[in-house]
Parts: sequence; C-alpha cells; structure tokens
Amino acid sequence: MSEPAAHGYLYRRHALVVRVTHWVNAIALALLLMSGLQIFNAHPSLSWGKSSYSNRAPVFETGAAITADGRTIGITRIFNHSFDTTGVLGVSSDGGRRVAKGFPSWITIPSFPWLAMARHWHFFFAWLLVINGCVYLAFSFFSRHLTGDLLPTRPELRSIGRSILDHLRLRHPTGAAAARYNVLQKLAYLAVIFVLLPLMVLTGWAMSPRLDTLHPGWVDLIGGRQAARTVHFVVAWTLVLFVLVHVFEVLISGVWNNLRSMITGRYRLPAEDAFRGPP
Amino acid sequence: MSAGDAPQRLRRNLLAGLGALLLGGCDALSRSEWFPKILRVGENLNRRVQHAVTGRRSMAQEFTERDLSPSFRSNGTANPADAGYQALARDGFTGWQLQVDGLVQQPTAFSMQQLRSMASRVQITRHDCVEGWSAIGKWKGVPLADVLALVRPTEAARFVVFHCADPMDQLGTKYYESIDMEDAYHPQTILAYQLNDADLPIGNGAPLRVRIERQLGYKMAKYIMRLQLVDSFASIGGGRGGYWEDQGYDWYAGI
Repeated sequence: MSEPAAHGYLYRRHALVVRVTHWVNAIALALLLMSGLQIFNAHPSLSWGKSSYSNRAPVFETGAAITADGRTIGITRIFNHSFDTTGVLGVSSDGGRRVAKGFPSWITIPSFPWLAMARHWHFFFAWLLVINGCVYLAFSFFSRHLTGDLLPTRPELRSIGRSILDHLRLRHPTGAAAARYNVLQKLAYLAVIFVLLPLMVLTGWAMSPRLDTLHPGWVDLIGGRQAARTVHFVVAWTLVLFVLVHVFEVLISGVWNNLRSMITGRYRLPAEDAFRGPP
Repeated sequence: MSAGDAPQRLRRNLLAGLGALLLGGCDALSRSEWFPKILRVGENLNRRVQHAVTGRRSMAQEFTERDLSPSFRSNGTANPADAGYQALARDGFTGWQLQVDGLVQQPTAFSMQQLRSMASRVQITRHDCVEGWSAIGKWKGVPLADVLALVRPTEAARFVVFHCADPMDQLGTKYYESIDMEDAYHPQTILAYQLNDADLPIGNGAPLRVRIERQLGYKMAKYIMRLQLVDSFASIGGGRGGYWEDQGYDWYAGI
C-alpha cells in the first residue's frame, strides 16, 4: 500500500490477488464449516487421545435424551457439565419434525444427514482453500504485502495497549492512519494466516490414515488422532469467532467503503476528525 | 408494535429467506447429476497427492498394548442375517472356506486351518471409521500377500474384490469391497482371524476380515467368503468398487 497524497480521496487499497483470494477464502471457509458440521454429526462426540475408546470420557458430546414425561430433549455435555440445548444441539427441528442430530439442518451441508456428500463438499473446498492460500502466500511474499502491510512495526507493537482501548471504544483511525492496517488487525490476520489455517490443514491431515504413515507417530505430537479431530473442531469455531469480529469491525468502520475496497480495490480515506484527534 | 419493527422484521425475513435459498441451493446441487462430479475432484486429488507424498509401502502407526481400546466397537453389521452364514457360525466356522479366484493361475479354497497354519502377522493398529471415531485393536492374521503368492494373480489383475456374507438391504445385497494391488501387497494388509488375542468375534467379522491400515474402516470388509481378482470392478455391484462406494462414498478412503 502506498501512502496516499491526501485523505478524503479514493486510493487503491487492495491488490486484485488479495481481493480475489479473500472472497474465495470466505466462500470456501463457509462451505467447509457447514459440510464439516454435517461430518461431525455422523459422530457428534469429541475425545482427547489416540482413539475414541480409551477409558476417557469425551470432552464434548451432543445427544438426545427422553425426559420422565416422555419429551425428547437435546443434551450437550462439555467435560462434566450437561446443558439442555433442545432446538439447537442434540435435538432440533427438521421440516417441522423434531429429530435427534448434533448440529441443526440450517447450519449443515447437506441440510439432512448425508455423510458421503458432506465429505465430497469438504474435500473439494479444502483443496480450493489450500490452493487459494498458496496463491495468496506467494503473492504476499513476493509483492511485500506480507512485510510491508501485515508485519507490525516495533512502535506499533508498543502501542498495542492503546489500540486495544480504541477498539473497545469502537474508535477507528482516520486520515493517513486509516490507510494502514492497525496493529490488532495485523496480529489477527497473521494469526489466521500462520496459526489457525495451518492448524486446520495439519489436524485435517492427522485424521487421514494414509497421511499418518508419513512418519509413524507424528499424529501423537498433536495428542493423537481423536485429539486432532477435537483441535480441528475448536479451531474451526475460533475462525468463526474471528469472522464475527472481522464482520463487526467492517460494519462499524464504514461498511460500503470497506466492501468497495475489497471488491474494486478502491478505498476512501475517512477525513481527520478534529474532535477525536488522531488515534 | 412500533413503526420501526416492520423494516427490521423485513430485514430478518430477508436474511432468513436468503439463508434458506443458499441451503436449498446446496441441497439441490448435492442432488444434481453434474455437481457432485465436480466435487469428486477432491477425492481424486486426495488419492493422487497422498500417493505422491507417501511411499507404496509406508507403514501405519503401530501401538502398544497400553493403547488398546477397552472393547473394540462393532459397527455396521453386528451379526449377518443370512441362513448360510448362521449355519457356519453354529459349527464354529469349521465348514467355512475362503474361495480365491478370478484372475489367478491357481484358484484355491482355503480352510481356516490352512490359513492359521500359514505365517502370521500381529499388529496393534488404529481403526479409523468414516464417521469420525477410532478404536485401537490387536489383530492377528495371514498377510494377503502370502495368500496371493499361492494363487498367483495374472498380469491382468488390478484389484482384489472381497465378497462377504452380510446382507446389507432388503434385496439381500451382500457386502463387497475392493482394493488395488498396492494395498493388497502392503505388509500390514492381513486377513485377520484374531482380535485382541481371541478368535475374531462375530460382531467384528468372524471368521475372517481384512485389515487395510492406510484406509478407513469401510474398506476393511468383514465376514469374508471369497476373494476375486479382477482387472475392473465395473461388473461388481453398482460398478464403483464397493457397497458403500455405490452409495456415494469414495473408493479411495485414505482420509
């Protein structure tokens, strides 16, 4: 990103490759989450360790139970705590009928139990995500997007406390400062690119009996095959949390301006606000 | 209700409608003829890339007795509803034979006694089910490679098809599966007759099941009656190489 001559003008914020890979990523992640939850529903239970049956109780589980008065309710158990999650987890309505299933139909692909098809969606979009990610990484590295735009500078890291405060007060940079990613934004993107997404891929591989043979025992470094499945699940929801915060920030910091910059590349710098002062 | 509620409700309904449209769209695509063919590019890539990064004889992790699952889960068929099978089971499978034929130079029927007198392999491995669970068990059996050495597959043989005793549907379709020669000759591919130091229980495929440690559980056919060597599985079942494959599951189950 080059420094804009003056604020209040449109300038080219996002390169074409960044824009295209961003939207491919968004679509792939959404479909991976939804097909992944359908796959989860085939065995709605998460364990820690080398196998599912190791004398240890699952760390997370959804199921259906019948109450004393004959009602079917959804139960979700996290460690030793049980919750009634009827309607969402364990038991939910499907076409007006109450059925026992892990996640409800509105968040799974396909919307009804069909493991084979969910796997087709999942692997197709997993490959799309990986190839898209490689294109993005190669571009970011060679265009210096990575070092120039994403790596926080030392002064930025020192000002992280103030940035957290600004975010909590929903105050956003204006003027020239708005032309750059802020430090929390940089750290969040770096965490997604270099920690969360690679962890998704790695724990996905760890569930493959063929890739387990790459080096017998490597899966145990993650805690075992079922632990890898658990980490895959937790990191998926961490990515959802990231997306929620990301979309929230987009909404409150000028939704059309932000959207335009991620579609056409052009971004209008918000004018300096004399009352709020520079961030 | 204030006047402001109407646009809000409209927005909410629009969002819900949009969501339903997207979900309905995904369901329609799943049911279509053409879209799943595109999705299956993923399976193809899985197979090609996994074969490229792992060796033909790469070994699955083997565990210790400490890792054994307290009981080995029985999944799918627990007890074949088949009169012929039940008669064999009543006699402790003494009348059972493994028929090996197809593209082989020496079609042979093996009794359980013959199989047990051959060199055996013991392995403690993890069974990964396509559903997402896994269990660790100790298997003893005869390497499939040793059986193949006796029947001598012809040059044309490309797959080993397992024909099983368990009926899967109302029509009585019996379970079938297939693997390629790479997996057939893999050192950990055994025809197992023991689980956890005891005769293979009926719930886990008595008297004989196959272990294919680099693929998912549904490849590891139970209640095996016959091995058939073929050059194509186009004429087997629905033509996709296995019972579950014909229901839409991937033939290559490496992940």
